[in-house]
Order: sequence, then structure tokens, then C-alpha cells
Amino acid sequence: MSSILFDTAVDEILQRTEEPPYFTDLNLDQIVGSIVAEREEYQLRPWFYSPLPHPEAIGYRQAVFRDLEDRRLVGSLSQFAAHLKSMRGALEAAGKFWHVRQKQRGFLEAVSSYCAAVNLLARELLPAALRSRALSRFRESLAAYQQSEGFRTLEAETQQLKHELRGIEYRLQIEGPRIAVSRYESDPDYATVVLRTFEKFRQGAVRDYSFRVTASAQMNHVEGAILDRVARLYPVIFSALEHYCGRHRDFLDALIARFDREIQFYLGYLAYIEGLKRSGLAFCYPEVTRTFADIDCQEAFDLALAVKLSRVPALPVTNDVRLCGEERILVVSGANQGGKTTFARMFGQLHYLAALGCPVPGRAAKLFLFDDLFTHFEREEDVTTLTSKLEEDLVRIHAALERATSRSLLVMNESFGSSTLQDALYLSREVLRQIIDRGLVCLFVTFLDELASLGPCTVSLVATVRQDDPAQRTFKVVRRPADGLAYALAIAAKHGLTYERVRERLQA
Amino acid sequence: MKAYLMFPDRDFDPKKPLPPQAPLLVKDLELEVLFAAMAAGDPFLLDIVSPGVLIGLDTPEGIRYRQDVMRDCIEHGRIVRELYALAVEALERERKVWGWSTIRTSPEASLHRSREVLEVFFDVLGRLRRLAESHAASFRSAAFSRLFKLLVAELNEDYLAEVADHLELLHFQDQLVMSARLGESNEGVYYVLRRPPYRRSWWERLRNRHTRKARGRSPSYTLEIHPRDEQGFRALSDLRGQGLDRVANALAQSADHLLAFFRMLRTELAFFIGALNLHDRLVAKGERTCFPEALPFGASRLTIRSLRDIALSLNVADALVGNDLEGDEKLLIVITGANRGGKSTFLRSLGQAQLMTQCGLFVCAESFRANLCRGVLTHFKREEDATMTSGKLDEELHRMSALVDQAERDSMLLCNESFASTNEREGSEIARQVVTALLEEGIKVLYVTHMYELAHGLSVKGMPSALFLRAERLPDGTRTFRIRVGEPLETSYGEDLYRRVFGRPTGGATDARARSILTEMEAPGP
Repeated sequence: MSSILFDTAVDEILQRTEEPPYFTDLNLDQIVGSIVAEREEYQLRPWFYSPLPHPEAIGYRQAVFRDLEDRRLVGSLSQFAAHLKSMRGALEAAGKFWHVRQKQRGFLEAVSSYCAAVNLLARELLPAALRSRALSRFRESLAAYQQSEGFRTLEAETQQLKHELRGIEYRLQIEGPRIAVSRYESDPDYATVVLRTFEKFRQGAVRDYSFRVTASAQMNHVEGAILDRVARLYPVIFSALEHYCGRHRDFLDALIARFDREIQFYLGYLAYIEGLKRSGLAFCYPEVTRTFADIDCQEAFDLALAVKLSRVPALPVTNDVRLCGEERILVVSGANQGGKTTFARMFGQLHYLAALGCPVPGRAAKLFLFDDLFTHFEREEDVTTLTSKLEEDLVRIHAALERATSRSLLVMNESFGSSTLQDALYLSREVLRQIIDRGLVCLFVTFLDELASLGPCTVSLVATVRQDDPAQRTFKVVRRPADGLAYALAIAAKHGLTYERVRERLQA
Repeated sequence: MKAYLMFPDRDFDPKKPLPPQAPLLVKDLELEVLFAAMAAGDPFLLDIVSPGVLIGLDTPEGIRYRQDVMRDCIEHGRIVRELYALAVEALERERKVWGWSTIRTSPEASLHRSREVLEVFFDVLGRLRRLAESHAASFRSAAFSRLFKLLVAELNEDYLAEVADHLELLHFQDQLVMSARLGESNEGVYYVLRRPPYRRSWWERLRNRHTRKARGRSPSYTLEIHPRDEQGFRALSDLRGQGLDRVANALAQSADHLLAFFRMLRTELAFFIGALNLHDRLVAKGERTCFPEALPFGASRLTIRSLRDIALSLNVADALVGNDLEGDEKLLIVITGANRGGKSTFLRSLGQAQLMTQCGLFVCAESFRANLCRGVLTHFKREEDATMTSGKLDEELHRMSALVDQAERDSMLLCNESFASTNEREGSEIARQVVTALLEEGIKVLYVTHMYELAHGLSVKGMPSALFLRAERLPDGTRTFRIRVGEPLETSYGEDLYRRVFGRPTGGATDARARSILTEMEAPGP
């Protein structure tokens, strides 16, 4: 049976069930957490935890995403999912009923939702202009299933029974403890008569005194006894319902069940980025290379941050990233709170999301398909005993470097930030040398200017401040030699101690 | 059904938030005295008259609509008080109907109470209609005519009989017939109450059974709940509730509607009862009142004959001195002159009259004509303020800044010794800047001040829209409490006060100033 997520069965074997260790550092846990939050029933997590191993597998998914640029198609697929959701709801409810005729009716309604789902999918998918191999293959199987004798019969019987049950109307005559149940023929609707008399006094009524039936359709024994009598009044319909349930126990086709789950991977991600796309942020299908052949992204941004900002609402600042030729290491320095950490997360996210086969946040992107990703982020809550922490840090970095290959990706954010300046400088320099020697692709955030110019494979990036007001961050990270002065100026301005300000204050 | 006595097209909402300046207005214009006279000891009236006065109307038509109602009230005081009594009766009897706490427990309980409440309401409505029928002809206002016509039309005898019929039928619920359908879980849904269960005599039931057989009715299967099956009876009661739900809802909503009608009738009449109370007080004292003439927003109009401070009048037995004013086309009126010469009283009476005009009341004057203002704002000197945390000027500026937030074109600002908490130069400069800006934005400013620098500065600008008034002081030093047209004088009359209190003759320098004052006083007025 074909999968719309995996081109070959081999790809599917390599599934992770655990969250990758770098998820929290890169805020990927927030992204995936939001996507799966309303989709727990589909168990999408393993797919979001498993980057794909080769560009062909990524292309397979990118093609599906391209097909799903058709908003109408996405709408139809969501409707399809909603139908199957109500199918599951009806089955679950049926399981909880005590009255067998309620169970039977619940089952009938579940099948009815299922038939609606299949028909809708066929109706929308068959004429659609599909280019992806995944969806085209599925469409063929779907068409065959929908035309099959089995499905046709199921649908016809379902419709017929529903129609007959809907037509039933019965009469209850209550006198003291006795309830007489008969077929309803005709008595005038007294409520309407009363309502008409009082109509003029009900205009603009604000309060509703109706007693709503509780959400559960679970009946009590009196209602059960009434239903038994209704069934006796309409014996043909109710025995047909009973036989129907016996015959169609295994109505749910595996093809449909699998598609229902897999399509949520796509719909979930698209729903997550939809608001951002509407507010004008660009997403693109990255070109992915298995060996390093330059990295080049334009107008990229941190996806988790963008979603957070969209609630304000505000747009994130976008940044470009480029590594070409011999360059392998981005050294990011500059103003505090200037967007360095965001930039580092963005860099990691772009690569990870690309490896899932998803569109990535940016106008254009050429990325490198890593075999493994390592992160080391400074965590503030860890400032217990500095020496043991420093040791722990070094152990972790060492372990990462041992496991890393020349195809691995490394993101380091203010490593050794809480040690002494001398220690930090020394350790950073040594670690960077190791990284250079191993030919790793790395992004290294630091407050140490000296690290920005270790050799031809390092590129210096600076988180910038505004020229006219150094206290204002731009959140733009640009290629530029490291310049500690900008940061110092910003601090000075904040305290009103720049040259001009000090003169002004003296003149006042 | 709507009373529509306060507005031609909507209900009066006494809970509507008051304009933000209201607390200061009440204090500065001594409106508590006015409200107390209107309420005459009735706390309900007090709750109504204060928003009634403070939330003004914004069209001359709206004001005339209310003035007409007020005229009817003054002319037919007894009948209006009778109408009010009926509304109060309906509401009090409704409160005594038992079962309010259980209406949410089941449709049957709700139906039971609504039915009783409606019986009370329709009893009072019947009497209300009869009162309307006998007096409709003698009332002239559009509002009363409309209300009386409505009562007569909506509550004719046929309709009242139909209502009584339903209320009677719904009393007997021992037999219920309803229909139902099957929902998506085969549960009963769409319960519809069918033909009311008339109680039939035994032979009718017998005949009915025959005809049913003759028609070949479909079979009927009966179940009976065991006498000890408590859950069963609860289920049965729920089922009955399903059938009665729509009817119970309709009756409860109708009862609500009529309750709201009586509440609104009482509330809106309360405002006019308050006005009647006030009118009675003033008439007993021999004060003359008149209905003011309200002109639209825009062109500045203020022409007054013999205006008095109503709060003061209600507090003293003597007749007060009234003041006249020809203030058409004037946007700025600056009042200077003798301390204790009646400046504050005059300013207050102008504010009161403006508010009373805008809510449709009569005013304490021989005649009063003014354009409408979007809000009356007051900035009065604070004597003492226990809660004050910052400096006096700071507090004044803070208050003025809040007023500037509230002011808009066509607002009216009454300033009483504003910015007197700092020295005259600073105070005048602040005031000058504020006032000039306000005038340019089309806000009417009435400013009582003793600051010569301010008053003089404004006067030498020669603005045609400015009017300068002065509290009169006779050459012998006595105050007449009359406010007359006059340019500001370089001194205030604190010396007088000082002299009277300390009883000491003043020196030469003061004599020179006193002479110049006397010269000014003798000059013929403009």
C-alpha cells in the first residue's frame, strides 16, 4: 500500500519516537508541539522527529506540499478529516451506549460519515491537477476503491436506513405514571399557538429559558422503554438496522485510514505557517545537497518566534545567511539582545525543517542535508557551581565532536559564557580549531570579538544597532568584521554617557 | 411594549455610565441639593433623577419632547402619580410570587411561576388600560398620547380574554400529549406539545375511543412507571419538561418583557415624578420657573433673564436676586469683581441651568435661551482635599488635563478661580495658554477669576467673542450680588473683606487704589 510520506518502505523504517536532543535549544519543540497539539489522535510526533536521509525522500514530500498550494484542495482535505473525526466520535459514542438500538444507530451514523468522507475525497481529488507522485498514486487507489461493489453497497444501504429513521415521528401521551406510545398522526401544535399569543411580548428577549438537552445522548431507562416501543411500532426499519450492523463491521478500509493519518503531517504544518504566509512572510522549497555545496538563504526567520509575534501582531526581522567556498563557520557577535540567539535558532531550524521535507521560512534557501545535528546553548538556570558546569559543558561538546562527521551541523550559542574571560577565550579558540579541523559546518555565537577571524573558513557576522541611536537594536545580523564598539556605545547611550549627551547635559 | 417617555425612540438607561466629569459637576454645582428636592426622600427616585439630570440630550427636538411630557405632568399631577403607583404595584406583587429560585430547575417549575406572574401583570395592565382610556384625551404630549394609544390597542378585551384562556389551560398539566422524532442516536428529539389536554367527561372519552377505533388508528404501546421507581419519575418529569419547554420559555420571556416594561415605566415616570416634586417645592416658595429654549450645537447663544441658583434657593427662605445676561455670540465669559459678590453663585447657576435645560427640565429663571453643549465641565478651586498627595498646582493641572481629554468642540467649561494655587504670573500664563487653545477649538469657557493679569490680558486682545462681567460692589462697599458687564479692575476687593473683618482703616496707597475703583464704578456702563 502506498504512503504519501515515504517513497520507499526503506525510508519508513528509520523512525524515531524520541524527541531529538537539540529540539529545545532550537525551539523546535514549540513548533512541533503546536502542530501536533490539536492532532494528538494522529500520532504525528515520530514523523516530525525523523529527518529524512536523502534528497530524493525530501523531494517526494516537497512535491506534495507543492500540490497543496491549491487552497481549495487543502480545504477539501480538511473537510475529509472532519468527516472521519465525526466517524470516530460516533463510534466512540456508540461504544458507550447501553441500549443496543442506540449502539446500532451510532454505528450507522459513523458509517455515514465515512461514506461522506470517501465521496468527498474522490470528488475533489479525481479532477485535481496533481503533480506529486505521492498523491497521484493514492488517487488511483482511491478511485478503484470508491467504484468497488463493496463500497457502493455500503453507501446505498446507509442512505436508505438513515432516510427511514428520519421519517419516524411518534406520539407520547402522558397521564400520571403511564406513557402511551403510538405513531404520530395529527394534533395541532399547541406550543406554536401559545407562542403566537405572547409573541408581541417576546420581542428583543435577551434571556433564554430553554432547557437544553445535555450533550450526551445517553438515554435513561424510561426513554429506553419508549424507544423499545417505537421499535415495535416500526419493526421493519429496526430489524433492517440490526442486520446492517452485523454485515458491515469491517467497513473502514486500510487505504483510507492510512491516508487520513499521513495527510495530517502536511495539513498540520501548513496550518501552522498559514497565518505567517498571509501576513506576507515568505516560505520556500529549499534546494538540499548531501555534501556541502554552499549555504545561501534569503529573508529567513525564526519560525517559532514569528508565530509568537503574529499574536501581537508583529513581523519578525528577516536575515540572510551565506556560506560559500571554503567558508564553514559563522561567528556571530554584537549587541546584547540583538538577535544573535534568534539567528542561531533560525539557522538550525532551516536545516531541520528542510530535512523533514517541509517548506522553510525564507524567500529562497540552499541548504546542506546533515547526517546529524548538535547544539550547545548556554542555559541560565545552570549557574550552580561554575567549575562543574564548565566541565559538564566541555564533556558534552567533546562527545558531540567525537560523534560528528564532516556532514554534521553544529550550533553553539554563548558556550562558556559564564566562565572567566580568559577561560572563555581559550576554550572557544580550542573548540573552534577542532571544528575547523573536522570540516564541520558550524554557527558559533559569542561575545568574543577575537574569535571572528581565525582563518579563511570563518565568517564574521554582527548583530547590528541603529546608526543614529545605538540603544535601538535592528535585529539584523550582517556580514561585517566584529566591532565591540557598537555594543559599548549602546550601553553608554542607555546611561546618557555618549560624548554628545554628556556635552548636552553639561550645557543644560 | 415600550414606555418611551424620556426619548421618542429608546429606553432610558439609568445604569448608563455617567459622563466622566459627573462627580465633579455634582460637587461643584451643588447638584445634591437639587437631587434631594426631586427625590423627596424616596431612594428609588434619587437613583433615577441623578443620571436623568447628568445624562443630557443632544437635540432641541429631544428636549422639547421631554418638556412636553413635563408640561403634561405639571397639568395632570394626580393622574401621573396614579400611573406611577400602578407600575410600583405590579413590580411589588411580582416580587411576592413564589418560586423565583426554582425556575431554573425545570420547565414545569418555570412555567408555573411565569403563569402566576403573568396573571399579576395582566391584572395591572387591564387597569392601566382603563386609566389610559379615560384620560387619553386630556394629555397633549406626543409621548403620553403614544403610550396611551399603545395600551388601548395592544390590550383590548379580546386579547386579554385570549391570554386568560391560555393561562387557565396551562394550569392543568396532569395530561400531556406530545410528538417526537429520533435523533442521531435514536434518542427522542424535537418534542412538540400537542393539543391542550382538555378535561373531558367520561362519555367524551368513551366516544373518543370509539372514533379512534373506527379510524383504525395505529397500535399504541403503554408503559407504566412503578410507584417506587424514583429515577423513573424523574425521567418522566424530564420528558414532560421537554414537551413544555418551548411554552415555558415563551411565558418566561413574556413575563420578562412585561417586567421590563413595568420597570421602564416606573423608571421613566420616576424622573418626571422627581420633576413634579421639585416643581411643587418651588411653587410653594413662590419661585418662578420657565421652560428654557434650547438651540442646536454651534452658534453660541446665552440670553438670560433673572436666573437664580437653584441649590441656593432651595436652601434659603428669602427670594434671591436674579441675574440677566446678553451672551449671544460669546465664547468666552470672564467674571471678575468683588469677593463674595456672587461670582461663584452666578457661575454655578449658569452650569445648573445648562444641565437642567439639556435634560428637559424647567429652569429657575424668567427666561433662558442657550445653545446645546457637548458636556458641561467644571474646574473649580479645591478648598481642601484630604486625599491629595501631590502639590496643589500639580493637582490642578492634573484635573485640567483630564478635562482637556473630555472636552470637544461645543463643550462648555466653567472655571472657578482655576490656577490660583500658584502665583498670579504663572497661573495667568498657564490659564491663558489653556483658555486660548480651548477657545480656538470651539469650547465655551466661563471663567471666574480674581487674577487681573489673566483677565486684563484676555481683555486687551479685543476678541469680539469675549464678554467681561463684574460682580457689582456699590461705592459704600456693599454687594448687590448682581453681575454686570464691566472690564476687569486692577484690584480685587480683598481689602474690603479685610477691613470688615479686622475693622481697621487702610493707609494712603490703598486710598489711591480705592479712588480709582470709585471712578471706574461711576463711569457709565457699556
